[in-house]
Amino acid sequence: MDALSEAFRLIITLDADLFEILWLSIRVSLSALAISAVIGLPLGTWLAIAKFPGRKFFILLLNALMGMPPVVVGLIVYLLLSRSGPLGWLGLLYTPSAMIIAQVVLITPIIAALSNQVIEHLHQEYSDTFYSMGITGSRALMAYLVDARYALTTCILAGFGRAIAEVGAVIIVGGNIDHLTRVMTTAIALETSKGNLTLALGLGVVLLTLSLLVNALVIGVREYAAKRQYA
Amino acid sequence: MPNALLPICISDLGLIKGDRPVLQGVNLRINEPGITVVMGPNGAGKTMFLRCLHGLITPDQGLITLGSLTVAGSRDEQAMVFQQPVLLRRTVLQNLAFAAPWIAKTDPRRLIQALESVNLDDRADQPARMLSGGEQQRLALARALLSEPALLLLDEATASLDPASVLLIESLVKVQSARGAKVILVSHDQSQARRLADEIVFISNGRVAEQSPADQFFTAPQTPMAKAYLAGEILF
Repeated sequence: MDALSEAFRLIITLDADLFEILWLSIRVSLSALAISAVIGLPLGTWLAIAKFPGRKFFILLLNALMGMPPVVVGLIVYLLLSRSGPLGWLGLLYTPSAMIIAQVVLITPIIAALSNQVIEHLHQEYSDTFYSMGITGSRALMAYLVDARYALTTCILAGFGRAIAEVGAVIIVGGNIDHLTRVMTTAIALETSKGNLTLALGLGVVLLTLSLLVNALVIGVREYAAKRQYA
Repeated sequence: MPNALLPICISDLGLIKGDRPVLQGVNLRINEPGITVVMGPNGAGKTMFLRCLHGLITPDQGLITLGSLTVAGSRDEQAMVFQQPVLLRRTVLQNLAFAAPWIAKTDPRRLIQALESVNLDDRADQPARMLSGGEQQRLALARALLSEPALLLLDEATASLDPASVLLIESLVKVQSARGAKVILVSHDQSQARRLADEIVFISNGRVAEQSPADQFFTAPQTPMAKAYLAGEILF
């Protein structure tokens, strides 16, 4: 109980260490999310509407990648960015950029696969009408993205939820360095192992609150869309 | 001005779905402008015939030409209104703007006029999918007419709509015909066919059983199937 009340005190008094970690976590996850959305949304949409041999295999692959273990992603990104790796010359290992790359690899398949399902459903509904109206190519792709905007927002929020709560990959490529690459999840793991439950609990409360906010936002977006028949 | 998509010539059209022939040996020539109503029992192949004409389905055999054009070549000159209108998840006005961005850019007033023509101008900013079924179909028709198509296809477009919407859609269809567009309409509704049709094409079991002027079809149908259909017998 003492640790929990101390954790709330850290939050209420805007503890510098806690908010530095929180800010880095949000910065890394939002950056990864932006990059993943730019890649994942058009990719998922294109796979839903394009016709080419092997399309189903790519969708299968995307769905399989959704469940990729974060530590494996961390290991792969580590090998790529390590000094002897093919991208070692970039000098990104143990920096927030490396963490962003790892999170991009993790959540791009999630956003792409979920958006693929959303757009496939919409494509079944729209395809005859679009054909009739002569809407093809990039115009169709943009139209699907715009019309599925609320459903896609929930896909993006799912990606954010995964990114902010992820620990395995970022600890490998970020190294959990104080004031440089320490994010909420890695800090919780470290502080718990050190027995410093106060900061770990404080961060845990913030992480849970963030998760609740994201889920509330998902429900809010869904309800708004349903009310306007935009779902 | 003569309609560039006439005559519509269909020769030996065949379509198989699964292992069942849906259309077989359809031969038809539509020379005249005006309104052709395609009638026939359920499952006769009327909708598939219309979809082949519009290019939504590639037939397994046969040839369709529209004037000097193929189906693919005539796509920009055609418009189709489906039984279930599919509207974008946007406002009423945005639905029209999406269909004709060039009009939205150069002459947005025309979009409002299009809405006025279907009595939806006061709904311009509402989400399109919150309209009633009849209003949605009116919007779908307004959208189809923006490109001033030379060939307008309607697949049971007024089925289960309120009488006011049916009346409005029929009046717009007549306006299109008077403008010179060729209208081909699939309908089960004999009263509607009597009101609109210049010509009837009667399809039964995937074949054209009869093609005749509307007056003649309703007064002296040439085939037993058409006679039975007009008498209200259940055909399958």
